Amino acid sequence: MRRRGAAWWFVAPALVVIGVFFVLPVFAALAMSLTDFDIYALADLANLRFVGVRNYVRLLSTPLFWQAFGNTLYFVAVGVPVSIAASLCAALLLHSKLARFKGFFRTALFAPVVTTLVAVAVIWRYLFNTRYGMLNYALGHLGIAPIDWLGDPHWAMPAIILFAVWKNFGYNMVILLAGLQSIPDEYYEAAHIDGASYAQRFVHVTLPMLSPLLILVSVLTVAGYFQLFAEPYVMTQGGPLQSTVSVLYFMYEEGFKWWNLGSASAVAFLLFAFVYALTALPLRRARRAHPA
Amino acid sequence: MGVAVACSAPADETVVRFWAMGREGEVVTEVVRDFERSHPGIRVEVQQLPWTAAHEKLLTAFAGASTPDVCQLGNTWIPEFAALDALEPLDARVAASATIRPGDYFPGIWDTNVVGGVLQGVPWYVDTRLLFYRRDLVARAGFDAPPRSWADWQRTMVAVKEAAGPDRYAILLPLNEPEPLVALALQQPAPLLRDDGQWGNFRSEGFSRALQFYVDIFRQGLAPPLTNADISNVWNEFGRGYFAFYVSGPWNIGEFKRRLPADRQQSWMTAPLPGPDGPGASIAGGSSLVVFRASRHKAAAWALVEYLSQPAVQQRFHALTGDLPPRRSAWAEGSLADDVYARAFRDQLERVKPAPKVPEWERIATEIRTVTERVVHGDLTVDEAAAELDARADRVLEKRRWMLARERAR
Repeated sequence: MRRRGAAWWFVAPALVVIGVFFVLPVFAALAMSLTDFDIYALADLANLRFVGVRNYVRLLSTPLFWQAFGNTLYFVAVGVPVSIAASLCAALLLHSKLARFKGFFRTALFAPVVTTLVAVAVIWRYLFNTRYGMLNYALGHLGIAPIDWLGDPHWAMPAIILFAVWKNFGYNMVILLAGLQSIPDEYYEAAHIDGASYAQRFVHVTLPMLSPLLILVSVLTVAGYFQLFAEPYVMTQGGPLQSTVSVLYFMYEEGFKWWNLGSASAVAFLLFAFVYALTALPLRRARRAHPA
Repeated sequence: MGVAVACSAPADETVVRFWAMGREGEVVTEVVRDFERSHPGIRVEVQQLPWTAAHEKLLTAFAGASTPDVCQLGNTWIPEFAALDALEPLDARVAASATIRPGDYFPGIWDTNVVGGVLQGVPWYVDTRLLFYRRDLVARAGFDAPPRSWADWQRTMVAVKEAAGPDRYAILLPLNEPEPLVALALQQPAPLLRDDGQWGNFRSEGFSRALQFYVDIFRQGLAPPLTNADISNVWNEFGRGYFAFYVSGPWNIGEFKRRLPADRQQSWMTAPLPGPDGPGASIAGGSSLVVFRASRHKAAAWALVEYLSQPAVQQRFHALTGDLPPRRSAWAEGSLADDVYARAFRDQLERVKPAPKVPEWERIATEIRTVTERVVHGDLTVDEAAAELDARADRVLEKRRWMLARERAR
């Protein structure tokens, strides 16, 4: 009993820190999401109204919220597979025995991850420029008419996805490369002796051996991509026609531009609930498949 | 101990904390040094805020009871800080002041500082939107003077577009800027919000006319449906003749002087904003100087505001920043009186109107922008847009109505 008491004393500092800086703000935000906290309430707390779940109801009937939600889903549904595919391809190339200058390419492909988003966004805005952009210049050689990348509501999100994938694929690439390097050569040799082609070895050796890592990478990427914010913030400010407003961008505007902190907290909880449901599912399935 | 002594001010010195934004914050220290020399015993601590972070920082400072003594505040933010009751009313101080005479100020600008009948700030510099245009392109289209009325403007733009060909346009109205449309709407007799700013008034005949005029410019192909993000360099494009008209503010006088090549300098000019029939109104923008209610050095803070409001100091400030002074007497002599590009602004400033003075206005202006963008892209008609705007404005103003109703009940 006494030893247990001592143990509590040892974890107490960490618990206090977690309680004060994590649990308390979460509950405060939950409480705030049930009020209409805004600048009037900031002036005088007597102007604060308890509104129950009305913030949530109102959000669910706000077209822009659904549009933001749809935009975010679009970004995740297209961006995550493309991003992981790009990471996997890059990792396979780097892992290939035929590759030269591996160190250089590894650094070069990882470089976008560590560059400043705002700085590279300026460059990408030029690449995407309708009239002078390199992208349209290249497409022009293929006979494709110039695309108004950031001005056309149909193209703005693909442009953002392209930019985000370029910016982020290097991170997963490094994780997957480590995974590839940990697959013992014996499996490949055995498959080779059995007469498996390269494609067969990839499907029957590489993918199964990599699957725990792929699940981890997918969950991290899904959770990360749902928090899309900085890319549209610096590239399009949510436009054109609000086609690049993400849930987090919507929350930022509600909370920090219009100071409707009650409503912004409600957005945060809705997003949290959704991302939790979406990422807990594959994790649980993975746990069932590979019991620890 | 030695550090503590070095940092603390002498007992008889008053320290005024002054927050200023952007470019003004960078150069105001120079002006402030002269103030300190003429006011021994007062030291001014200037803190510079970037515009993008200023609003949040000020609200945070208010929540944390650490607001400065004097602050530069965008005119459209004044109603918000007035609603917070954060600002010191200045009516009595102005009435007793020898330097600040309200009659010398452009009336529309002064008006932006009066919220609920109380003076909340003193205009520091002004900002409005009017026409920048290419004289040569307008002349080539067969016009020797800038347009004065909407009908003139329309005719000129059609002719300019015809002379320019398919890849060039008559005017640039970036879709992410609501100000040009708001300026056109302010020219109308109907207010943008009704009943003390409690409801949207966008279904009024006046707003519909302004929106129709604005949208027709795009429908007739006179303006490209672009945002600022799509135009990588607006000054270059203006120099190249991608468009001949541009509705913008005073900061672009300096930018065009600096960025256009020497052989283009003769070919651009400014003109007052055309109105429905003859020169019309435009938005009263800019920044004011406010004293915070929580300040413990209000007399010294007010002395700084008075100093910065002197016509001579305002002229000097204009020379440093290019900002336009809000007092007529500051325009009467000096470099400003001879500046041909500023002349149209001098004229326009006599006809500026404040946007509705409610804390929610910036949000409503954003709704105007997003709804207008949809009209330009053809998703909504003008009437549908007006109804949609009223619905959105009414929703944004719900809390304000509740507050006013509660005040009346008391």
